[in-house]
Amino acid sequence: MGQPLLSLRGLTKAYPGVVANDDVSFEIGRGEIHALLGENGAGKSTLVKMIYGLVKPDAGQMEMAGSAFAPSEPAEARRAGVAMVFQHFSLFDALSVAENVALGMETPAKTRDLARQIREVSEAYGLPLDPYRTVGTLSAGERQRVEIIRCLLQDPRLLIMDEPTSVLTPQEVEILFETLRKLRSEGTSILYISHKLEEIRALCDTATILRLGQKVATCTPAETTARELAEMMVGSSFATPAAKTTTPGEVLLETRQLSLPAPDAFATPLRAVSLSLRAGEVLGIGGVAGNGQDELLAALSGERLAPRGTIFFKGGDVSRMGPVVRRDAGLLSGPEERLGHAAAPNMSLVENGVLTAARREGLVRNGFIDWSGAARFSERVIERFDVRTPSAQTAARALSGGNLQKYVIGREILQNPEVLVVNQPTWGVDAAAAAAIRQALLDLAAQGAGILVISQDLDELLEISDRFAALNEGRLSEARPVAELTIEKIGLMMGGAHDMEVADAQP
Amino acid sequence: MIRLEKRPQPSRLWTLLSPILAVLLTMVVGGFLFAVLGADPFEAIRTIFWDPLFNPQFAAYSRPQLLVKAGPLILIAIGLSIGFRAGIWNIGAEGQYIMGAVAGAAAGLALYPSESPLIFPLMVLAGALGGWAWAMIPAILKTRFGTNEILVSLMLVYVAESILASVSSGLLRNPEGMGFPGSRNFREWEAAANLEIFADTGMHWGVVAAFIAVIGAYVLMARHIQGFNIRLSGEAPRAARFSGVNPARVVIFCLGTAGALAGLAGLFEVTGPAGQISIDFNSGYGFTAIIVAFLGRLHPVGILLAGLLMALTYIGGELAQLMLGVPGASIQLFQGMLLFFLLGVDVFTNYRIRIGQGVAA
Repeated sequence: MGQPLLSLRGLTKAYPGVVANDDVSFEIGRGEIHALLGENGAGKSTLVKMIYGLVKPDAGQMEMAGSAFAPSEPAEARRAGVAMVFQHFSLFDALSVAENVALGMETPAKTRDLARQIREVSEAYGLPLDPYRTVGTLSAGERQRVEIIRCLLQDPRLLIMDEPTSVLTPQEVEILFETLRKLRSEGTSILYISHKLEEIRALCDTATILRLGQKVATCTPAETTARELAEMMVGSSFATPAAKTTTPGEVLLETRQLSLPAPDAFATPLRAVSLSLRAGEVLGIGGVAGNGQDELLAALSGERLAPRGTIFFKGGDVSRMGPVVRRDAGLLSGPEERLGHAAAPNMSLVENGVLTAARREGLVRNGFIDWSGAARFSERVIERFDVRTPSAQTAARALSGGNLQKYVIGREILQNPEVLVVNQPTWGVDAAAAAAIRQALLDLAAQGAGILVISQDLDELLEISDRFAALNEGRLSEARPVAELTIEKIGLMMGGAHDMEVADAQP
Repeated sequence: MIRLEKRPQPSRLWTLLSPILAVLLTMVVGGFLFAVLGADPFEAIRTIFWDPLFNPQFAAYSRPQLLVKAGPLILIAIGLSIGFRAGIWNIGAEGQYIMGAVAGAAAGLALYPSESPLIFPLMVLAGALGGWAWAMIPAILKTRFGTNEILVSLMLVYVAESILASVSSGLLRNPEGMGFPGSRNFREWEAAANLEIFADTGMHWGVVAAFIAVIGAYVLMARHIQGFNIRLSGEAPRAARFSGVNPARVVIFCLGTAGALAGLAGLFEVTGPAGQISIDFNSGYGFTAIIVAFLGRLHPVGILLAGLLMALTYIGGELAQLMLGVPGASIQLFQGMLLFFLLGVDVFTNYRIRIGQGVAA
């Protein structure tokens, strides 16, 4: 392929407490679609930001078409021929397509000329778009086209696309892929960021896989199985857990073919999720972020009501019951987002205790809140879970993320739930505190509660779960005993490649 | 370089200090305003804030007026503050106030000239219901169709004003009024009159209701789970849903309470100080109450004090018009300034100023 378009050598970028990129080197050829593959937090975003001039590397060099390339700001990167389509669009709803495109340009042409250019480019690349439409009326897919056309008008040599298909329908994905293939045939290079294995195998010429900030490999996805890709992405850094001896009790929580439409454009619908959780058991649910974790928790907590006959608690149908009734019955939950969801930022810890524990802890009598009882409950949580805070009267937002996490999880555990559903229970918590939270969850299970842990931390799930299932695009895989799992199986379950095993089997 | 830095938690000191500072700033800038208008600024400020209470010549008349004006302002502001705490922006209290007065007056007039002791309680009930019903329009539209309560409640003020104009020269017009618009005078009909309870204090049933509302709102917001849910909905709507709060019920409760209290204020006004339903009996209390609610930090006790202060500017303003010849609009400007400065100074409750070069972003 001759001289590469962009070569990266030894790029390193550290943030306080974490090395986002550690000595990453690879090359992007001319007219190549190059995939950047990795789990959330693997360092994909940081790497791309360095190429686009948003972040300065601590060490390492880049070369663009043979000459040194060290952009200090995005404008410089754009002048060198780098264009980027972000995952979240930066468009003004009230303006037209052409006006939005003009805003992103340094020397915009007159609106009429620009509209003509937009038409030409959109027709040439099969991306139909009316330059005079108001952006507010466009679908997510059409908005992405605005961003792509804005990039294409700059005649880029390298187009960076950050998880472009996460907001698209399958039909829109097909159109996008056609466009990208056409660009490739004209010699434009594309850096394509994703964690979706099928897409990468269908589209990309080369793939570089990152894990924990380091490059794992550069390979040809068409010649690599999804299994191998998944394994490289997930890694085998965790020890195989020891087999657990469990004596599962009766089924406490069950969902039957639970389907819920996505509440908004950036959410994931739940598709026929069936699971069952027994007393004394920990069920771990893995998966890459944004595959329906929040939506599953909202359906189980009662924040979003589900169709009748889909969610059962201790044999009774609770699908149409709200959070208060489910809590009274013993079904408790802890959402992922601490500030604004699990806790109200400007309210004190005592008030945040009342938020979920009002009834189970008897903090309300005849509708009146027993504030001294509430303070005692909060102090118990603070003491038992070692929450570092000046006092129980401190506002939630004044606590560090890890300390608040200990508080909101502890608040649920101390209420002796019969079933506890938690999403990312140890996210942002230091190692010792994380271990304490896990132990508390295990103790709760040992007392006969059913625990459902949704997490993106595989080590955590394998450490504490009895059975494991994975969410992918709102579908839940079958739950399997952790003792029977191998790395390949987990990777495939998480990558959503359970359909692909069939494809692999067929020659 | 000066920049604002978010405080880890809201400053208690500034929560209390900012209304006082806002009043002081209003006095200073208002003083300039009066100076430009050709009045002695010190005399103007004294006339507005001091003379109504302590001037030997006027105080006897204007002191009772303080409660007369503060009563409806406090009653309405208490209702509004409950909604504002939940992030429900009912700015149509003026309309609810009018409709409460119309409904209450109509209920009474239907039974004229009965002297039954049940007439006044019936009118009070009808007044509350009238305001409540008028507030249910934005509430139901919001919960059913997701309309914006700010726009709907505000527009309904103008509808209410048109209804008021219509009934005061039509349906409720005094048949013995020789064709003049306006209803019978309730002050002359003992069973329906809302007169002073103690002579020369200005204390009428509306003021009593306002004090009860202050205490009730305090207990609700500080001690009751419903008040907690209202505050939670305003602070973090998602956390409120997680907690199990039904957002629609909060909307209905908050708008309903505000409407009912505004309706009560309207009824007490037409049966007492105003005396009759007339095209312009409403004097903008529903809008001024918004300032009172914010000036009082949405806190019942704060609203009590703010209501009294705002009443003072009304009375003092009238006095200043009379004595110094400043235009009436300058008094409204003065009141508006108070809200403006309060909102401005309020930044310091949640932010502090840092001077000098910060850490490079």
